[in-house]
Amino acid sequence: MSEHSPFDDDSEVAVTSESLRDDLLDAYPKKTRRKREKQVVVNHKQADESGLVSLPVIGANTRTIPGVITQRGCSYAGCKGVILGPTRDIVNITHGPIGCGFYSWLTRRNQTLAPTDEHDNFMPYCFSTDMQDENIIFGGEKKLAKAIEEAYEIFKPKAIAVFSTCPVGLIGDDVHQVAAEMKEKLGINVFGFSCEGYKGVSQSAGHHIANNQIFKHVVGEDNTKRGKWSINLLGEYNIGGDAFLIEDLLQRCGIDLVATFSGNSTYDQFANSHMAQLNCVMCHRSINYVADMMEKKYGPPWIKVNFIGAKATAKSLRKIAEYFDDQELTEKVEAVISEEYPAVFEAQKTYKPRCEGKRAMLFVGGSRAHHYQELFAELGMKTIAAGYEFAHRDDYEGRDVLPDIKVDADSRNIEELHVDADPDHYRGDDRAKAIERERAGYKFKEYDGLMADMPEKALVIDDINHHESEELIRRMKPDLFCAGIKEKYAVQKMGVPCKQLHSYDYGGPYAGFQGAINFYKEIDRMVNAKVWSMIQPPWSDEAKQNAPSSSSIRRDG
Amino acid sequence: MTLLRHTSADQDVQREALTVNPAKTCQPIGAMYAALGLHRCLPHSHGSQGCCAYHRSTLSRHYKEPAMAGTSSFTEGSSVFGGQANLLAAIENIFTVYNPDVIAVHTTCLSETIGDDVPQIVEAAIDKGLLPEGKMVIHANTPSYVGSHTTGFATMTKAMVDYIAQSSGAEKIRDQVNLIPGWVEPADMSELKRLVKLMGLDPVTFPDTSGVLDSPQTGIHEMFPAGGATVDSIRSAGDSCHTIALGPICSGPAAKALFAKCQIPQTTMPLPIGLKATDRFIMKLREINGGFVPDEIMTERGRVLDLMTDMHQYFYGKTAALWGDPDQLVSLAELLITLDMIPKFVVTGTPGKKFYKRMGEVLGDHAQGCKVDQGSCADMFQLHQWIKSDPDKVDLLIGNTYGKYIARDEDIPLIRHGFPILDRIGHQHFATVGYRGATRILEQILDAFLDRQDRDAPESGFELVM
Repeated sequence: MSEHSPFDDDSEVAVTSESLRDDLLDAYPKKTRRKREKQVVVNHKQADESGLVSLPVIGANTRTIPGVITQRGCSYAGCKGVILGPTRDIVNITHGPIGCGFYSWLTRRNQTLAPTDEHDNFMPYCFSTDMQDENIIFGGEKKLAKAIEEAYEIFKPKAIAVFSTCPVGLIGDDVHQVAAEMKEKLGINVFGFSCEGYKGVSQSAGHHIANNQIFKHVVGEDNTKRGKWSINLLGEYNIGGDAFLIEDLLQRCGIDLVATFSGNSTYDQFANSHMAQLNCVMCHRSINYVADMMEKKYGPPWIKVNFIGAKATAKSLRKIAEYFDDQELTEKVEAVISEEYPAVFEAQKTYKPRCEGKRAMLFVGGSRAHHYQELFAELGMKTIAAGYEFAHRDDYEGRDVLPDIKVDADSRNIEELHVDADPDHYRGDDRAKAIERERAGYKFKEYDGLMADMPEKALVIDDINHHESEELIRRMKPDLFCAGIKEKYAVQKMGVPCKQLHSYDYGGPYAGFQGAINFYKEIDRMVNAKVWSMIQPPWSDEAKQNAPSSSSIRRDG
Repeated sequence: MTLLRHTSADQDVQREALTVNPAKTCQPIGAMYAALGLHRCLPHSHGSQGCCAYHRSTLSRHYKEPAMAGTSSFTEGSSVFGGQANLLAAIENIFTVYNPDVIAVHTTCLSETIGDDVPQIVEAAIDKGLLPEGKMVIHANTPSYVGSHTTGFATMTKAMVDYIAQSSGAEKIRDQVNLIPGWVEPADMSELKRLVKLMGLDPVTFPDTSGVLDSPQTGIHEMFPAGGATVDSIRSAGDSCHTIALGPICSGPAAKALFAKCQIPQTTMPLPIGLKATDRFIMKLREINGGFVPDEIMTERGRVLDLMTDMHQYFYGKTAALWGDPDQLVSLAELLITLDMIPKFVVTGTPGKKFYKRMGEVLGDHAQGCKVDQGSCADMFQLHQWIKSDPDKVDLLIGNTYGKYIARDEDIPLIRHGFPILDRIGHQHFATVGYRGATRILEQILDAFLDRQDRDAPESGFELVM
């Protein structure tokens, strides 16, 4: 735990976290303020006599306040875009008016690599029923059935998935029934998702809906046995080719990657995934359910891993090896780490002095705002404020708070699957191994959340909105802000570089060791770009005042 | 390797229900774009928050600029009980926190399907005192299952007339013309205003995204940048002597509404893309200004002509495939025809009765050899199949960024035009309307052909001078 507040150590601007928090909240009408107070939190960690540290409570996974200019998207975006988006051989049909399908067409930047042209790759396609007003009035089921048939005729896919948009739920089209009928008729797997945009309060609801249906309709279809050291990677979406780098590392370690959910993934991988011996969860938020359900039904335990940052990558590989507890695997893992690390050290030597002491803010996703702090730490940078777009309390405060989380009406409407052990395919050996490893001190299902790793007194803000981020930047003048496309250009207009951590600004990959090096280089480029020092023209008073030591925008590193 | 590997020339499946790779998107994004062209206005999406997120993302990716907008953030409850409480909360929050002069609300398929009555909710907001003095809320009904992004743009533009424009009762202002520029880039709006001013007239331009979505880097983020049509200027549109509406789909409805409301005579004409369409635009302005065309415009026109004569050999007989918005496609096709090029394939997802007729008029003798399709299944999958089944292939693709997959698969040069352009920057700064805009398009087409010739030339035929 860091002893100093990032706000009052060597800052030029004397601001305390508490006062800044008040200032952020002061702009709101009363009711709005009452709500935001719970979601804007100073990360003050308190230790009791026994040394047990307790974290502040944060409001999360609650409704966005209308009108505040949020970062959030919707359930459909989480379901179709995030989880199913990266699977290359399922035809994903959006049932609705054209917009939803159009906006989720290739924009999430999941890369995929079909081994040959003979293998399906439907990712460059956008499929939609393009509902018209008569479909809204008379119902769209017939059109959907026809669209599924047409898609099958043209594309002959292994599976077709159907995604419900807002009006579909309202007019009562039964996509599941249509899917079942078409499955029967076509002889391929067809399944639907009730991921209407209004479900839940953010993309998070869509992740849950997506995972449930994949688990129900696909996982367990193929019971082919896997070799030793077999794992799944959960919550890795192959933005910018991250999964390619991780796949390469695992392969070199001799680890058998059965399935990634869902970066660079295929239908067959999902179908066989339950045969893996261990689940490794990257993005805890989007997919912890799958890990839990698979454990209950089939036996393999799960661990939290992180392949963002060189240290985290080495730690995660070692943790996997430790689970299998096999000398041969341990040696392979150590060999790969030793092969990779010299280049990492070399890069750190180059880039760390150029970035050290600079201050970042991260407001993205449901895990990235945590994971990327590892990379900034490796550059000697501080994260002074962070938060998630669609996380729940456990992502901030750790899984220990799970029993304390009150389920509200919006979450209750998202289906919870009831899962039992599969009598035919539950693997007691995996369970037994897990129990044995646990006795030896190995930790499963453990995630401490973002706050534990954040500096004392840093600001942690859930579902940040434009007003708050603008105020934070104006007051604290960070060296780098990380967010998404909607925020990027507003941040940059303030003279602060903004790194998109959803799309990586079309750079990357940033996972694994090589990815860490890519990231160091990219962050050096961004925080040291000459352009930010040229914003004030040389004839302006501000430029004259600040010349030659520093500009008004950035502190010297 | 082909990216669109499932697209083959000989598919005989007739599609009625499945749209694949659409050549349009939905109404609300058009309404949002139009609303951004109103000074100190915050667009507001009345529906669930994904719509707003998608629209802001797409606009930001296209313009590389902030696209600010609010959302009513519907959850399941509001979908059942109606969105009134959400919109009231949004209005209060927006005026308190962001302080715009206008909130421009557009509906989504969600709020339309449940039947939210926006004007009634705004009345309630006024009754509750949520609307500060001098502020206003305007609205447009833009269900996503009707029309396309272009009709959404048209509906919000018309809302500006319905809510704001007023006849003061005084005489019409002789030199003031209303300019409804249609869905074009900010640079196009600037260029159109420049031309009108050169013609000695005072344009009231709305919507006007110049100065909003092409704003400079100053180190200060302006929530409401300097540009955009002001409420006062739109109000005075009711006193102008004439309205010129560019593009019947995007601008026609507002011009008609202005005629009905304030009796401003109006001329709806194609977007002035290319020499002929620009000539017609200038002719109309000349009619209004009393018969005057300044030398500067003559010179600009002469430059385009000069390029056309200089480089005609490279344009002549070349074929092209186009996709996008009807207002754009009609004028682009005409531009190609004037270069003696041949538009072979044209698709638009936007429905509308007059498109075939308008295309037929500009294509003239070429209409027979050109395949044109429109509506739901008139998509880029269809277009790609046509291209594949054509033994000569086409020489050029003109359309938005999604065409890059066809361009790569078929090895055909692509000129990015229309919306959205997600993979290039600068397009918002370079006009494609007017004579200057025509020189830009000519340069792009010529570069595409000559780069191609250089790339494919054998050593013996690799020319220094072309």
